[in-house]
Amino acid sequence: MTTASLGLSRDDRPILIAALFILVILVAGTVYTFARFGSAPLLSPTYLLQQLQIGAFLGIVAAGMMMVILIAQIDLSVPWTLAAAAMMATSIGGPLAIPVGLAVGVVVGLINGIGVAYLRVPSMIFTLGVNAVMRGLMVAHTGGYAPQTAATDLMRMLAGDRTFGIPNALFVWAAVSVIVAIMLQRTALGRYVYAIGNKEAAAYLAGVDTRRITVICFVLCGLAAALAGVLLAGYSTKAYQGMGDAYLLPSIAAVVIGGTNILGGRGRYLGTLIGVVLIVLLNSVLSIMDMPEAGRQVIYGLVIIFMLLVYGRGERVTS
Amino acid sequence: MLDDIAIRLRQNVGIVTAVLLFFILYLLYNFAHPKGFSSAVLVQNGDEIFALAMLAMAQTVPVLASGLDLSVGAVMTMVGCFASYLLTGAAGGTPLHLDIFGLQFGLGTFPGGVGGILLGTVICLATGALAGFINGCVVVYGRIQPIIATLATGAVYIGIALFLRPTPGGKIDEDLNWALTNSLGDFAATVHIFDDGAAGWFAPVAWIPVPFVLLILVALLVWVPFRRSVLGRAVYAVGSAEGAAYMSGLPIERAKIAAFTLAGFFAGCGGLFLAIQTSSGNADIPQAGAYTLNSIASVVIGGTSLLGGTGSAIGSIFGAMVLRVISFFFRIFDIAPLLQPLFEGLILLAAVSIGALGVLRVKNTLELFR
Repeated sequence: MTTASLGLSRDDRPILIAALFILVILVAGTVYTFARFGSAPLLSPTYLLQQLQIGAFLGIVAAGMMMVILIAQIDLSVPWTLAAAAMMATSIGGPLAIPVGLAVGVVVGLINGIGVAYLRVPSMIFTLGVNAVMRGLMVAHTGGYAPQTAATDLMRMLAGDRTFGIPNALFVWAAVSVIVAIMLQRTALGRYVYAIGNKEAAAYLAGVDTRRITVICFVLCGLAAALAGVLLAGYSTKAYQGMGDAYLLPSIAAVVIGGTNILGGRGRYLGTLIGVVLIVLLNSVLSIMDMPEAGRQVIYGLVIIFMLLVYGRGERVTS
Repeated sequence: MLDDIAIRLRQNVGIVTAVLLFFILYLLYNFAHPKGFSSAVLVQNGDEIFALAMLAMAQTVPVLASGLDLSVGAVMTMVGCFASYLLTGAAGGTPLHLDIFGLQFGLGTFPGGVGGILLGTVICLATGALAGFINGCVVVYGRIQPIIATLATGAVYIGIALFLRPTPGGKIDEDLNWALTNSLGDFAATVHIFDDGAAGWFAPVAWIPVPFVLLILVALLVWVPFRRSVLGRAVYAVGSAEGAAYMSGLPIERAKIAAFTLAGFFAGCGGLFLAIQTSSGNADIPQAGAYTLNSIASVVIGGTSLLGGTGSAIGSIFGAMVLRVISFFFRIFDIAPLLQPLFEGLILLAAVSIGALGVLRVKNTLELFR
């Protein structure tokens, strides 16, 4: 009713509700901290900026994941693409560190894309295999220990330093966001992506080279994961085993909470942005509350189900 | 007659490939193993295969209804944590209490002894089935995509597991552990049947490992009847064309709920066995994730289409066994442990890519977009 009178499209509604939920988290968290510590860290810009700086890595991964989910695929190779990019970047070092790290992402994306688009292997299983291969390569490369190599100064500057009081990582995230948003809304590639997600056969008959677009989407996803890996290595000054494991499920959750259909073809980038902020804030409120890992997992799962029950329900199959 | 066999072979080419692959690999393994073709090797392999085989069966049922269950590993872990409290078999029973944010609630004493173990087993399996039932309800009545719904419920189940076992621990009755993870002869000796396993007629089967017997029992007593029931057929129908199934008046909602419930039950069996085998409960998140992903891989290797509608849980068992035998080879051929993940990934990629080479022969590109 209200949604109809406000003239919201079905893509805007999830974004609005998710944004409202962010406010609820902020208010609830502030009430809690005020009652317990007599302060309101959640409302201080410094604290929020620091949380968003950590959230930037998830945001960049989610931007890439969204490209793949929009064409009704999924990329499970993100964790070790991220870690491999970070490890390669730190072990090469020097001015070539960042380009080499990003190249790792492009290569992984190319392999994923070729397997999914041309061999027609389900992305769920192909990217899973690629993830295992990347993990194997990195374990063999590092001997299973944390690599001793350190991030270059440029990587540290991009991820850890601040300009005008704002973390540089946020600028990188903003740049990625602008590029993805423009690409999805203003370019032919964006149109093709939505078309493929809705019905690949129709897009193909309309003259879209759907297989090439699929490869491009996987390359972009790999590139985003690699960028996040390079930045994360800069933030923590080194690469480490399993550094990407914490990014796979949250990035999928952020994309879906933001209103993107997991079956592809529908969803706006703004939603993904809001989804990332929601997950980051939820995490920080839970850590302020000193919530044990068990409680975090339960709340995390319940929030996803709750958000989807509110606006993510599918159509009933009747024909 | 011959035509009939040929048609059946063509329809089940995925399963047949998996079965052949398993037997070839397993024969090679036993030839290469210094103690090959012995009961001891078979017992060890059976213990290592059982949990994954159960999870592969669990994953198969929702996949047949064209939904993925990303919570099977979490259900397995949660049931394992329950088992580590309920299957201690301690003589005086086990006192249970809840600790929620420092508040203690006494839950009385769980009975020990054989009766307690049987009751605990039933509770554990029911817990698994209940978790699956909840998945089914969220998917059917919440109308949320299975992949994302089970991702979320999986987080909840892992949370419960962590709540039960923040650190690995607990205990399983030693006799239970010994009886279920060894050969039938040891089983009979432990539970004192068939003259402690020394009966003459019993000798020819005494070498068979218990896990394999359990696996066959679960497959024959649970999967086969389900496959032949109306609900079982409805699961296949939903997977191949949900709209057509609805128009034909099949109970699609009940079929989906049944599929997820059965998945929870199988995952619970896997968790129960894993807890009994390791004699402890461990809320290991990476392990749960690895089992979930391996269950998907097993389903695919076993010839079940991820699009739903074709395949069988029996195939998935062989898929799981193929995956496990591949890792047995690493032990035999002394491949550096560091290279194992690389080989596992490469073999998985090679298997699915070779299976996919058929697309190169497709003349009409449109057929590719199903």
